[in-house]
Amino acid sequence: MLAEFGFGVLLISFITTIYSGVAAFYGAQNKSGSLVESARRAQLLTFPLLSISAGVLIYMLVNSHFNVAFVYEVTSKSMPTYLKVTAWWGGQAGSLMFWAWLLAAFTSAVTLRKWDRDIEFLPWVIIVSAVTLTFFIGMNLFFENPFTRFWQINGQVIPSMFSPAAGAELFTPQDGNGLNPLLRHPGMVIHPPMLYLGFVSFVVPYAFAIAALITGRTDDRWTRITRRWTLWAWLFLSLGLVLGGRWAYDVLGWGGYWGWDPVEIAAFMPWLTGTAFLHSVMIQEKRGMLKQWNMVLIILTYALVIFGTFLTRSGVLSSVHAFANSPIGPFFMGYVALTLIVSVALLIKRWPELRGETEMKSLLSREALFLFNNLLFMGILIVCFWGVISPLASELFTNTKITVGPPYYERATGPLFAGLLFLMAVAPLSAWGHSTVQTLGKALWKSAAVAAVVTVLSAIFYTQNGYALLGFFLIALVISATTHEFWRGTNARMHVQKENFFTAIGRLMGRNKRRYGGYIIHISMALMAIGILGIEIFQMETQGTIASGESLDLADYRVEYRELASWDDRGAAVNYTRSVVDIYENGIYIGQLYPRIDYYYDSQQNMTIPGQHATLKDDLYILLVDWQPVSSEGATFKVYVNPLVNWLWIGSFTFLFGLIFAAWPDKDPADEPVRRKVSAGSRQTSAAD
Amino acid sequence: MQRNKFLIGGLLILAAVVYLIFSSTQASAEYFMTVDELKAEGTSAVNKSVRLSGAVLGDTIQYDASTLTLTFEVAHVPGDNAEIEAQGGLAVVLHEAVTDPSRERIKVQYEGVMPDLLRNEAQAIMTGKLGEDGVFYAEELLLKCPTKYEEAVPEQAATN
Repeated sequence: MLAEFGFGVLLISFITTIYSGVAAFYGAQNKSGSLVESARRAQLLTFPLLSISAGVLIYMLVNSHFNVAFVYEVTSKSMPTYLKVTAWWGGQAGSLMFWAWLLAAFTSAVTLRKWDRDIEFLPWVIIVSAVTLTFFIGMNLFFENPFTRFWQINGQVIPSMFSPAAGAELFTPQDGNGLNPLLRHPGMVIHPPMLYLGFVSFVVPYAFAIAALITGRTDDRWTRITRRWTLWAWLFLSLGLVLGGRWAYDVLGWGGYWGWDPVEIAAFMPWLTGTAFLHSVMIQEKRGMLKQWNMVLIILTYALVIFGTFLTRSGVLSSVHAFANSPIGPFFMGYVALTLIVSVALLIKRWPELRGETEMKSLLSREALFLFNNLLFMGILIVCFWGVISPLASELFTNTKITVGPPYYERATGPLFAGLLFLMAVAPLSAWGHSTVQTLGKALWKSAAVAAVVTVLSAIFYTQNGYALLGFFLIALVISATTHEFWRGTNARMHVQKENFFTAIGRLMGRNKRRYGGYIIHISMALMAIGILGIEIFQMETQGTIASGESLDLADYRVEYRELASWDDRGAAVNYTRSVVDIYENGIYIGQLYPRIDYYYDSQQNMTIPGQHATLKDDLYILLVDWQPVSSEGATFKVYVNPLVNWLWIGSFTFLFGLIFAAWPDKDPADEPVRRKVSAGSRQTSAAD
Repeated sequence: MQRNKFLIGGLLILAAVVYLIFSSTQASAEYFMTVDELKAEGTSAVNKSVRLSGAVLGDTIQYDASTLTLTFEVAHVPGDNAEIEAQGGLAVVLHEAVTDPSRERIKVQYEGVMPDLLRNEAQAIMTGKLGEDGVFYAEELLLKCPTKYEEAVPEQAATN
């Protein structure tokens, strides 16, 4: 009964969404305010409707209604309640529904804003969100129905929404499959929602971009309205990526955080275009340039978001290492193709109107460096895209199927990331409009000197690896140049406004949140780069089987095996095997670690929990691999030393801080005075070029 | 004049990206192969970086924990997803591969941690090289278990 109710409400929300799109379309065509208003109200209904449907599903998840196939797949009786709730996005059908629910929430929030001056955008924003929502709810209704039930007939069990044949009876299994234990990690519980929040919030700027293209209001109004949405979208997407990395580091037991897996890249690609968009949109606001480019970027981001959802949708582990085969694949690709064609057609139509108000003149001007930053992001995107499609492409053009692994990505993106770091140091120092090597050099030489000293010191005391030293140089350059910017601004205020240091830096940052939040993000990127360099270049590992009292040596560390115990937790249906090891650094005892293996009876799967000793210098990471039943034989351990990796997590926290700072609301950015028009004179000179 | 500067700058970046993609693809390309194809190529496939897929034979799994050396055999499964679907899905294909003694098989050696998902009728996706001795030396080992697949029908159904 419940399942039918949930399904019914889902169907109603589908119809409501279609109505809102159609009504908005005719409202816009006939300039009928009341039709648009009706569309808006219908649109506002989708969120409560989807909430009810989702509530039913969650109720069944929590109360173990194993008659429903989705509940059977992702939960089991022994799971704690909070995991049963989060199992909602632990499987394909549920996660698509979660996506739709988030989208409905966001678009409702958007349609509730004050529209006064922008009322002409409203119907088109509704249409874009309605089309997207229709697609996702449709997927749920027709292909990945979370309410499908098990039916039994002639000893056969058939999954179906409604009775598949006369005489079929509902069938309820004793217990469910249970969520994959690898997904029962706090990082994994919040990682998918973060990623999805990021994905979904990018729909909003896209909707406004399309509205701007259709209505012909191609000034920067749409970017101003959506500026904050874009920042939050970027925040969630970034957070999702970082959490995913942390989860992989803690749970997957290979001492890494990023494996260049197609699924990871799928989430990374919209992040790349989104990051490029965040930067280039500033150029549009400040200089009235790159309007066409911004449209290209947001359209690309939207397409990649849908593509990314398609690749990641099926729950992480069943698909983490290969493309899952599923009937909804062609529909996703068809939808991406369709929206791309429509968006590009609109863009071509408005192309002449989106011409820049001025032309770029100097290769070293701030806007030019922003443009190069964008090109580098696009370069990384192309590298990633080629990597993902290489099996398909190679099969198409040659007869063999070729794939590329992590070495490909590391090699191809490394120099591009280095270029980005360099721009991060240089661009904030260059002037709008015009910069020369002299002016830039003057602004940069002190920071370059600091970076050179850091590089020499690391060469003497830390490493002679050329790549690492180049990396350290660029990192030091970013950090010193950016801190210098903070200092310059503060110092100026201290002199001009006669403020003390803290007031000066507080006001400096508070009055220009986006700028200084952005600088904090730049510093955090440099910090993260330290960790990435550390683990990529300096990671060490060893492994061995040792008896109690014996030890393994790696770098400065000694790992001495003490004892091991194994016991059952009947309630949770888990067996724990926990080892105890003593850790010595340079011969000095520093503590105990407890690497362990958890065995989940319901899904018959192991989960390896490392013992970690984290310092700023490095991370000692110990995995229990195997053990003998009689402890005299000893246990097998795999030990990693991951130098500097914790800077990656420190950088992540700094990043989060900077981003929240940048996105923190002050006054509504839409109310800020519009950028001054470029004077007629300069427009003529550029036209004469 | 102004345009040209930017055009050249952009083209330089584009050229760099194309070069990076091209050289990196060459340096790290892996060839997708099935067990049949690898057997057919024989010694000419030695030392080529290969990504091999096969069905794990549970009885052949041996693990020496002291050296972390893992050996097992895999049986041929089709490489094409559509073909697997046509034959009734991954679970069916893997089951048939394991139970059919006439299938081509290959011995695999891997050094490292015993993966949690390695068991009979799992699909192993391995990256590595064929040795002179006919053993496939895997550097990377990934596993997929069809029993954990969604759309799995409860086991009670089979006993009914």
